[in-house]
Amino acid sequence: MSDIALTTAAATPARRSRLSRSRLRSAWLFLTPMIVVLALVAGWPLVRTIWFGFTDASLADLSATQFIGLENYYSVYDGEAYGLIVDPSWWNAVWNTIWFSAVSVSIETALGLIVALVLNANFKGRALVRAAVLIPWAIPTIVSAKMWGWMLHDQFGVLNDILMGIGLISQPVAWTADPQTAMWAVVMVDVWKTTPFMALLILAGLQMLPSDCYEAARVDGIHPVKVFFKVTLPLIKPAIMVAVIFRALDALRIFDLIYVLTSNSSDTMSMSVYARQQLVDFQEVGYGSAASTLLFLVIAALTIATITLGKVRLGGETR
Amino acid sequence: MMRRSPLKTLGLYALVVVIVVFSVFPFYYAILSSFRFGSELFTVTYWPSSFNPANYVSVFAEQPFARNILNSVVVASVVVALSLFLGVTAAYALARVSFRGRGLLLFTILSVSMFPQVAVLSGMFELIRLLGIYNSLPGLMLSNLILTLPFTVWVLTTFMRDLPKELEEAAVVDGASSLVIVRHVFLPLMWPALVTTGLLAFIAAWNEFLFALTFTLSNDMRTVPVAIALITGASQHELPWGNIMAASVIVTVPLVVLVLIFQRKIVSGLTAGAVKG
Repeated sequence: MSDIALTTAAATPARRSRLSRSRLRSAWLFLTPMIVVLALVAGWPLVRTIWFGFTDASLADLSATQFIGLENYYSVYDGEAYGLIVDPSWWNAVWNTIWFSAVSVSIETALGLIVALVLNANFKGRALVRAAVLIPWAIPTIVSAKMWGWMLHDQFGVLNDILMGIGLISQPVAWTADPQTAMWAVVMVDVWKTTPFMALLILAGLQMLPSDCYEAARVDGIHPVKVFFKVTLPLIKPAIMVAVIFRALDALRIFDLIYVLTSNSSDTMSMSVYARQQLVDFQEVGYGSAASTLLFLVIAALTIATITLGKVRLGGETR
Repeated sequence: MMRRSPLKTLGLYALVVVIVVFSVFPFYYAILSSFRFGSELFTVTYWPSSFNPANYVSVFAEQPFARNILNSVVVASVVVALSLFLGVTAAYALARVSFRGRGLLLFTILSVSMFPQVAVLSGMFELIRLLGIYNSLPGLMLSNLILTLPFTVWVLTTFMRDLPKELEEAAVVDGASSLVIVRHVFLPLMWPALVTTGLLAFIAAWNEFLFALTFTLSNDMRTVPVAIALITGASQHELPWGNIMAASVIVTVPLVVLVLIFQRKIVSGLTAGAVKG
């Protein structure tokens, strides 16, 4: 990118290069406030969290903190192993998070694709439907968790009423309390809330498709189902992949929904909920920070992998 | 457009109805419940049968809910203003000037927007205590910037990069300074992008929960999501669902209205943030 700037500078002599130097200077001047703020609110806290992970810090008094090496992660006392990587409730949280992410993102992708295809079709009132679909996205997560918490209520909930009305269940289900259904309840609310986002991203991909290959397929009399799998799906695969990655990274750090819908229940505890419970409820800043660091590493590894593999456009080209 | 057979049209409309009902029903049901008071709530109805605003009265009477709304508005507005200001200047440098390390910087900004919030929780807690802004609105403004700033910079950069190069060339040749270029050449063109990003940032700050829950202590300092999450009744097993639904409706209606008005802009902002990213 910088060689283009160099060529223009070489083409027109001194004045041009002085100009581009002053441009560069003001560019850094413009960038500095943003970089300082980002370093303050993201860089520094992250570094401190990773550091706390190697200490015995307690919320009551952060100044009396001592370095204890890897003990939060793994240590052995009297032949007994302690630490995160041998803590079954940590692994339970890891498994819950992965299960939740895989199941919810898969369902959201499938439903999102259907909604996108419907919104891409021509019918009366399409603008209204598109607006209706945006409603779940606009509702704050906490509010949607509460709304669904009420609908899923074991005694007075509307969902039990509907399902009993059509004879699917014979007695009320305690959706958020029963270990069998609690995670499914979380998935259900998440699907409701984020399918619109998925659908909109896929719809954007659909609307960029060239119409001529559909003309060709129609002239050749190819069955629409075959057109969908042979033409549409391969063409919008990149859009779907981007949406899936965004959703997956979001799902892996889920906190609000689970915290409000099922609080600290171990049936649904995610990695974020686990880390916060250690940090705030148990005041174990050191141990909780170690858990946060592990979660951060997992997400960082996934992000770097997707960005490098996905060849995301990163402003490499100059205008 | 090709003509569909009647059967297909019927199928399409059936699907449309299912999608709309699925999307709208929970919100509709929350509104319905919010106007039912006391024991009325314990029977399920599907149609508006009573219109009792008692829940709306008691949600303001039983906790400082008006104060919570004000807190949310103040925090979100300040966060949006700061993010947009820092975002526009940074986006100009990132989109229009080529310098060494630009790719790396953009990569870092993108990575920050993927941060799990809990990964900075203990460090942020320490910072906020250090600055003496625990249990206060400035603490929430500071911490919310981590959510809105990277995203704002990213979307505005994508937008600025797509503006034609000729725009600033004349100004550069005339010897205009970068500040003048940003203010007089770019800013007038950027209003649509600023509205979109500002709105998305506002929604993000308005909905933020983890920081607001952790960095506030008293009812007076809470923002709306925390206030709603912590509404409790006489006993733990008796949540005042009527109050909760009324509070939910109050904070959701403005958002839904905003989203419906700015529908197109939001969709384009979301896809600029994601598809191009």
